[in-house]
Amino acid sequence: MISTSSSSVGSLSRYRADFPGLQPEVNGEPLAYLDSGATAQRPSAVLDVERRFLETTNAAVHRGAHTLAALATEAYEEARETVARFVGARSSDEIVWTSNATDALNLVAYGMGNATLGRGGPEASRFVLAPGDEILVTEAEHHANLVPWQELAARTGATFRYVPVHDDGTWSIDDAAAALTDRTRVFAFAHVSNVTGHVAPVAELAELAHGVGALVVLDACQSAPHRALDLVGLGVDFAAFSAHKMLGPTGIGVLWGREELLDALPPFRTGGSMITTVTMESSSFLPSPARFEAGTQPVSQSIALAEAVRYLERVGLEAIDEHEARLGQRLVDELGALPGVRVVGPASGVARAGLASFDVAGVHAHDVGQFLDAQGIAVRVGHHCAQPLHRRLGLTATTRASTYLYSTDDEIDRLVQGVSEVRAYFGAE
Amino acid sequence: MSDALAGLYQQVILDHAKARTGDRELPGADAEHYERNPTCGDEITVRVVMEPGTDTIRELAWQGDGCSISMASASVLADIAPGLTLAELAERTEAFRGMMRSKGAGEPDEDLLGDAVAFQGVSKFVMRVKCAMLSWVAAEACSTQLVAKVR
Repeated sequence: MISTSSSSVGSLSRYRADFPGLQPEVNGEPLAYLDSGATAQRPSAVLDVERRFLETTNAAVHRGAHTLAALATEAYEEARETVARFVGARSSDEIVWTSNATDALNLVAYGMGNATLGRGGPEASRFVLAPGDEILVTEAEHHANLVPWQELAARTGATFRYVPVHDDGTWSIDDAAAALTDRTRVFAFAHVSNVTGHVAPVAELAELAHGVGALVVLDACQSAPHRALDLVGLGVDFAAFSAHKMLGPTGIGVLWGREELLDALPPFRTGGSMITTVTMESSSFLPSPARFEAGTQPVSQSIALAEAVRYLERVGLEAIDEHEARLGQRLVDELGALPGVRVVGPASGVARAGLASFDVAGVHAHDVGQFLDAQGIAVRVGHHCAQPLHRRLGLTATTRASTYLYSTDDEIDRLVQGVSEVRAYFGAE
Repeated sequence: MSDALAGLYQQVILDHAKARTGDRELPGADAEHYERNPTCGDEITVRVVMEPGTDTIRELAWQGDGCSISMASASVLADIAPGLTLAELAERTEAFRGMMRSKGAGEPDEDLLGDAVAFQGVSKFVMRVKCAMLSWVAAEACSTQLVAKVR
């Protein structure tokens, strides 16, 4: 078993103690939490900040004039500024709170649908879809970045198309170039695949898509937590990510968009706090971000997310990326070397995020996961919300191990050892 | 290996998952039902042939794709179904369901359930109960079709 260590690993392992969720034993075994791609554990700092806010500063934001309301509003907007800086936004007005990344992607899809129905002013015409227009995704997308576009196409008469993937589940810039046409109005794709760990060349893809006049929507769920993001620099138009995959709480996600686009996009949810004037005949709406934030917002969650961002910045995104990329290569090399184990996604030596999904010949993924769980190893099993990709790979389900900054070489050792025993246990050798 | 795992994967289950009863096509079936577990992707089609003019099952066969629990459960079901009336199958399905909902606490009736009592250990693993139930739910839907036909 290879168990390399480097200075960066040593420097990250000291952060493990910050995560109370990593402490308990499971099934009498020390927990090897290799499911951070589904949801990350949270450091005490994030838990403490949210609790402290609720104990000292809790009040409704952007309404009321009392002291606590002012303090809460200030903290809430500071959180937005923190996240804006983190992803390279031009201003905090480009950061919209949503309930999760799925909600953020639906916001864009429904906004375009509303524009197509004639809602919004003349500035919304750039979002109008007509029959013959094309919405392009990839065959590798998570359902969250697939179903909303499929539905938008069905509602508007636009054509839903996709970039097909290769036998290993990856796709290239050439594949995208072949699928983009002068009718492509939206190109939506994941920065990092949650199944294959494939890393898309975002800047080049955005340039290609803009060349045909398409809007570029980036699913950044598996990249924002793990690598430094400069969304403006990447040249995309919208991006979505979730707090709970980046050491933050559930219940809050983020939509980033270019400000001029956000101000032109008709709102998705309507109601209180997003209007300028309401009469019994019609209503007019605030600019971004308020125009998309109807009703009571995830206030304490936004404060906690900002603390998660500060935590990530203290650790350093480059160190996190380097650590996980090394673990990702270990996963593909060592799992792939086991008899009967097929790792999907980029081959060894090719850029991949710190995760790997794999099939064990003759053993269903649920049984693999159950077997590992008995050893305290937590992995995800199933189609990982990517049924079309699994169908294309000829699989109904895979087992996925996904790492984060707190993951260790010892956990990878235990996983590889556990997987090496699976086929014998189930008589599949 | 842990006791918990051995409690889940009884030898009967591992054996049925490998050497499966009834895993085949069934031409001329009187009833057929496809069932799917959307969370894990497990799927199964159960088919039933009746003794002509009676409410007794001659044969139950299935085709599917899934984990060892769902496949072994279908295999055991195919073993015990032939010769049962629809009412008797319903009685066993209820007993099996009750066992699966017991969270490990039930005392299954071996006379009624036969090899299916091996799934008692699965009931402690709430995430896997649906796997064990998949083929039984599909067979239940076949029964409903057959009862409707008779009426």
